[in-house]
Amino acid sequence: MATVPESVARLLEVALVGDLTVVDATGRPITYPLIPLWDGEKVYLTSSTLFSRKLEHIKGDPRVSLSITDPVATGGRLDRATIQGDARIIDADPHGGWERLLPIWEKKEPSIVLFLKARVALPLFFERALIELTPRRVLYWPDGSAASVPTVTVAGEEAA
Amino acid sequence: MRSTPELDARAGLDKLATYPFAVLTWVDDAGYPLSVAIEPTFESDRPAASFTAPAGLPVPTDREISLSGSHIRPQPGYGYDERRHVTVWGRASVVGERVTMTGGRAWGWDEAEVPFFEYSERSTGQSRKYFDALSRERGTPVKPRLSLGFLALRTTRLPFLTATIVPVVLGIAIAASHGSFDLATALLTVVGASLAQLAINVSNDVFDTAQGADDVNVTPTQFSGGSRVIQYGLVTFRQMATLGMALYLAAAVVGLALLAMRGSIELLVIGVVGFVVGLGYTAPPLKFVYRGLGEIAVAIGFGPLMLLGAYVVQTQGALRWEPFVASMPVALLVALILYVNEIPDRRADARAGKRTLPVRFSPATVVTGYRVAAATAYVVVALGVIAGILPMPTLLILLSIPLALRVSRGLLPNYDNPYGLMAVMGVNIKLHVVAGVTLIMAYAIVMLAAVLTPGVDLFLG
Repeated sequence: MATVPESVARLLEVALVGDLTVVDATGRPITYPLIPLWDGEKVYLTSSTLFSRKLEHIKGDPRVSLSITDPVATGGRLDRATIQGDARIIDADPHGGWERLLPIWEKKEPSIVLFLKARVALPLFFERALIELTPRRVLYWPDGSAASVPTVTVAGEEAA
Repeated sequence: MRSTPELDARAGLDKLATYPFAVLTWVDDAGYPLSVAIEPTFESDRPAASFTAPAGLPVPTDREISLSGSHIRPQPGYGYDERRHVTVWGRASVVGERVTMTGGRAWGWDEAEVPFFEYSERSTGQSRKYFDALSRERGTPVKPRLSLGFLALRTTRLPFLTATIVPVVLGIAIAASHGSFDLATALLTVVGASLAQLAINVSNDVFDTAQGADDVNVTPTQFSGGSRVIQYGLVTFRQMATLGMALYLAAAVVGLALLAMRGSIELLVIGVVGFVVGLGYTAPPLKFVYRGLGEIAVAIGFGPLMLLGAYVVQTQGALRWEPFVASMPVALLVALILYVNEIPDRRADARAGKRTLPVRFSPATVVTGYRVAAATAYVVVALGVIAGILPMPTLLILLSIPLALRVSRGLLPNYDNPYGLMAVMGVNIKLHVVAGVTLIMAYAIVMLAAVLTPGVDLFLG
């Protein structure tokens, strides 16, 4: 069963960047631009251990959101979405565990495969964790405008 | 060391104003972040931004909210570039449909201001912290990894072996042109000298780490700043020190074998001096590089010592002026590799107390120094030929002048751009190799001529 509406799934498929927001220990939201990787059921993002504060925050509070808002990063699409959900860090094997998402990543950033072949040049960049986001609630703005009330879909329910 | 800059609210909002829209975020009552794209306006007299309240989503006034902007430029078929982002936090006040956020603090990153490689280097501590936490979680050490081949390549800085191969092969070639050549000891010399250089590379990292020079360097390049395997947690300090000692030991065993096979007191003297110069490059109490003598130490070590060492192995101790003069351009050009590589390291070197020439002198003086030293390399060969010490084919080295000019012209424009300087450093290394190869070719020509046209003298005078 799809966990996000079809229109949001299409956004996830094309988006080159999305804004992942995590919550720090003080309850403050912190936003990181990352490449969203959609496997048809869950959203994945990856983070190098170099930039792993977000991973620490998620381990402290798994509640996150991912916003797709930038028309430049979605090939000119004007619709926007925010996915709220629970994140899980997959870091059992930081060296190579994340590579199972490489085929989806490569579709959005073809050069990543070349960079990976030269991982000796930047070894820590390729020590990575996966962030697995299970959608709980999706807000969707078909026209992208905050002047419109978003369509809200709760996982397992029809759009409200 | 924080990897991305903390900004004040004004600076953050000024950056945010350059984005076409912002992402407004707060943590909702269920504890999940909630984001919506809005188009704020920015107040000029105070650090604040205001916007129309998003429909159906009440903005809280009892907790921090944030406004973020991010930018990339898609590059189809490649990926993207021009990455930057900024977030400003503050408190909201709502009047009717209008929300105003008064900024408190901000942070962000712009790769045009802090290049990605520097950003990554500044974040090395965060990676270490993450692995430490993983190790505590699992009760067993979790470390970053590289394949054994890549790790060996990186740890020993294997590609820099050209600095050894060039003078050693040239020394062997000159000896061969003088009628002295023994294949077994020639090969053993290449192996021993290579082991010695790898030992020096590894021990330099050990001593630079011990003295803090590599830790404070946030702009290393593939040619400068050390191997960084200790800083990255790929190899422990103790493992690195052990490897350095093992390589020194292996080099010493080969050196002793050569001594036993060739019985040359000159080789013993050269070997001992080479060991002292190599280890003393960074190691206390000599610490040549910390005293501004690094370039001279490298010139001596990878010029006359390597070349004459290889020469006397073949000649069993006999020395002439010719190999010494031939070692001068090699010495100068190898010292210039270090000299140029020190330019991006100069701030970190200064903090660590390394008094390298780029630390001590202005950019204009450093570039002039490069030009004088490079020109001297060619002048020495020309004078050597005129004096009848070097054979005429060694003038082939002049073919490498265009590379020297490329380096010379590329230094000033890239002086403060370590990553722009990388291409220049690459050409500079190529210059040393090409110049060395032309000299080796010159001696191949000398030997070939001796066989094909025995009566022809390739020396002037």
